[in-house]
Amino acid sequence: MSGMFAHNLRLGARSLRKNPVLTALMVMAIGFGVAASMITYAVFRAVSGDPIPQKSSRLFVPMIDNRGPQYNNAGEPPDALNYTDAVALMKAHQAKRQTVLFAVRLSVMPEDAQKAPFKVPGYAATGDFFPMFDVPFQYGSGWSAADDEAHAPVIVISRSLNQKLFGGANSVGREIVLDDQQYRIVGVADQWDPKPRFFDMFSGNAYSEPSQVYVPFNRAMDLKIETAGNNNCGGGGKRGDDREGWLHGQCVWISPWVELDGAADVARYRQFLTSYADDQRRAGRFNWAPNVRLRDVLSWLGYKHAVPPESRIALVVAVGFFVICLVNTIGLLLAKFMRRSSEIGVRRALGASRGDIYRQFLAEAGMVGLAGGLLGVVLTGVGMLGVGLVFAPEIAHLARLDVSLVSLALLVAIAATVLAAFYPTWRAAQVQPAWQLKSN
Amino acid sequence: MEIKPILAALRQHKAGTILIAMQIALTLAIVCNALFIIQQRVAHLSEPTGIDEPNIFVIQNEWVGKVTSAEADAKLRTDLDVLRRVPGVQDATTSNSYPLRGGGWDDGVRLSAEQIEDTSDATIYFADERFLDTLGLKLAAGRNFRADEIQPMSTRDRLAPPVIMVTRALADKLFPNGSALGKTVYLVGGPATIVGVVDLLQAQSVARWASNFAYRSVIVPRRMAIAEGAFYIVRTQPGQLEPAMRAARKALFADNPRRVWDEREGILSFAEVRSAAYESDRGMAVLMGIISLVLLAITAAGIVGLTSFWVGQRRRQIGVRRALGATRGDILGYFMTENLLISVGGAVAGALLAIAMNLWLVTRFEMHRLSLLYVLAGVLLLLLLGQGAVLAPAIRASKVSPVEATRSV
Repeated sequence: MSGMFAHNLRLGARSLRKNPVLTALMVMAIGFGVAASMITYAVFRAVSGDPIPQKSSRLFVPMIDNRGPQYNNAGEPPDALNYTDAVALMKAHQAKRQTVLFAVRLSVMPEDAQKAPFKVPGYAATGDFFPMFDVPFQYGSGWSAADDEAHAPVIVISRSLNQKLFGGANSVGREIVLDDQQYRIVGVADQWDPKPRFFDMFSGNAYSEPSQVYVPFNRAMDLKIETAGNNNCGGGGKRGDDREGWLHGQCVWISPWVELDGAADVARYRQFLTSYADDQRRAGRFNWAPNVRLRDVLSWLGYKHAVPPESRIALVVAVGFFVICLVNTIGLLLAKFMRRSSEIGVRRALGASRGDIYRQFLAEAGMVGLAGGLLGVVLTGVGMLGVGLVFAPEIAHLARLDVSLVSLALLVAIAATVLAAFYPTWRAAQVQPAWQLKSN
Repeated sequence: MEIKPILAALRQHKAGTILIAMQIALTLAIVCNALFIIQQRVAHLSEPTGIDEPNIFVIQNEWVGKVTSAEADAKLRTDLDVLRRVPGVQDATTSNSYPLRGGGWDDGVRLSAEQIEDTSDATIYFADERFLDTLGLKLAAGRNFRADEIQPMSTRDRLAPPVIMVTRALADKLFPNGSALGKTVYLVGGPATIVGVVDLLQAQSVARWASNFAYRSVIVPRRMAIAEGAFYIVRTQPGQLEPAMRAARKALFADNPRRVWDEREGILSFAEVRSAAYESDRGMAVLMGIISLVLLAITAAGIVGLTSFWVGQRRRQIGVRRALGATRGDILGYFMTENLLISVGGAVAGALLAIAMNLWLVTRFEMHRLSLLYVLAGVLLLLLLGQGAVLAPAIRASKVSPVEATRSV
């Protein structure tokens, strides 16, 4: 059988060499089609993946309507919480773990006066942030609930900031000054940058540069650190005249997250949110029926449109492109196979079965597919360099040519070509031996 | 040219006919939509900002450490003085944003205090009395801000300036029947009187979500007095942009080094701002262009391949026709007409497919409706492509000698 297969491959190779132009045309069509699909798929794969697969079904964003139906967007409550509700959720402590967070930007003044000061992006959050999101640590750990309670001046810095400031040494216990405030380092987070950054979709930071510092939420409030992220005051006025007024107004700027195990806990938490909103109504703060949401990571990403529309359009166009390339290949294979009707007739007359014809021509098609796939891989590699042309740089650099993509490209090319070859091969196998012999 | 025999012949090789027609249809659908996307993006990225772009650069300045609002305001004014003394600089101003920046403060404008729905969204631009001159904006009506109207504003201050300027696009939206000058509108913080109307000034974002207020801006007499700093917009003498940018950086850091400028975006010529703002539009246009070209090439190649096959298959018949008196022109015409028939069939299907695809894109991606002109242009393009592609094999067919009739293949 394997001898037969090798024979078929030899026959195929000879036939392909006979019409080099036709063969090149098919190979190029498949190559271009595969490359276009693979490049756009690589980007799509990068932006549509699950950023925290091990926990995405256990992490939830609670939302509470604090403004009333006339200010809702299609009935949806705002995408974040105001200070009042954020603090209330933390105090209620109804989930296994919970955190509230907002983006910050702090300035670092290097000790060496020759070096220019720089700003580092990061988050103010509570201690549960680290175990909830499985943040890996190079040194030390996150801070404790007691640190949160004590409004402690502690900080977790990233591996890259640790490299920049301390040459990569274990800096746990050392002091660092940010915006003229001293913090004690309790942990150095290892490389960690989930894409999209699901926990800060509110501020549009899905694909921003990695965060470098994490400071306790309570401490940040004491220091009056301003949010570096979004601050959405909606249409409802009530945004206050100064910082105090703003804090107790209806502007939303804090992203809340809770960790819940199992459907029962989720139902209980949803119930809690509803009753919380109901309490607010009774207290006279809300004068509308409770309007709350509890979304897990994936439905949250879907709701916030984490996949950029460019990526979808490009993928759709690329797949359409590939289909055309395949239709083209079917046509060319048909031409190629039918041109050899007489050869087929002779082989059939000499005793070759329909199955033999099938195997011979599918092997030939498989070779075209393989060659097209290889060309496709090369073109994909070249195309990856140009991905930045179409997609924003922070998204473009997510697309990678890795082993799985290369194998997928080859597999798709061969499978598609063999599939495309079925109709032409079937036609070829229909050739009646006697007719061909007669006409010659 | 008799069409009947051609149709009869086509019925003999249905598969090839259908394949070519299908390919033409699919190509037409994609090329039409791609051309349309290109046109949309190109039109989008040639919209004017209304400012003196070639001579403008912008600086994003942040202060280091804790800075009070009053300190930030004092430093900001010092910086503007320093900038205005830099050689080659014509004028400098400060704002919270600038056109094409990508995002910032957009807010609702209402016509009365009780109104819940905003009459329009608008970009909020902070400005001092030199904002108009520095950006090169034209005042269509009314007056510019006076120096004494400019007030510092901190992050959480209420935005309630007594006077504002608006762009003409916003004025027309708010007051479609008459002048906006002297009228009162309501911003988030309270009422404000319109004292000036600016001719043309683009919003800070050109993304799709901001497209319904693309040229509607409110200009408020405020300075950003916050630790996070502000933007400086600088206009140079013609031809002095590059040296002035270098000199501005040196002068500001020499005056006060406790500041942070982002490595990439700290100081940008407006040409860089523009190119960054439209990066994805340009990229999409280039991608669609490449895809269309490759598609057309592949379709043409497919037509050449299949027609060549048909010519080869029918050498004997062609020979017979030639022997019976058909001229070369007749044979050429036969293959051209055959291709035209297939192409027209494919093009009709493709036109429908193109419209269907566009409708789908409209619902899924908020694209615009495809203009029928593009479909028509696409149909013409593909018919020409088909005729061009079939030319070589058809000429080869016309050269078949009548002697072939007597030969066995």
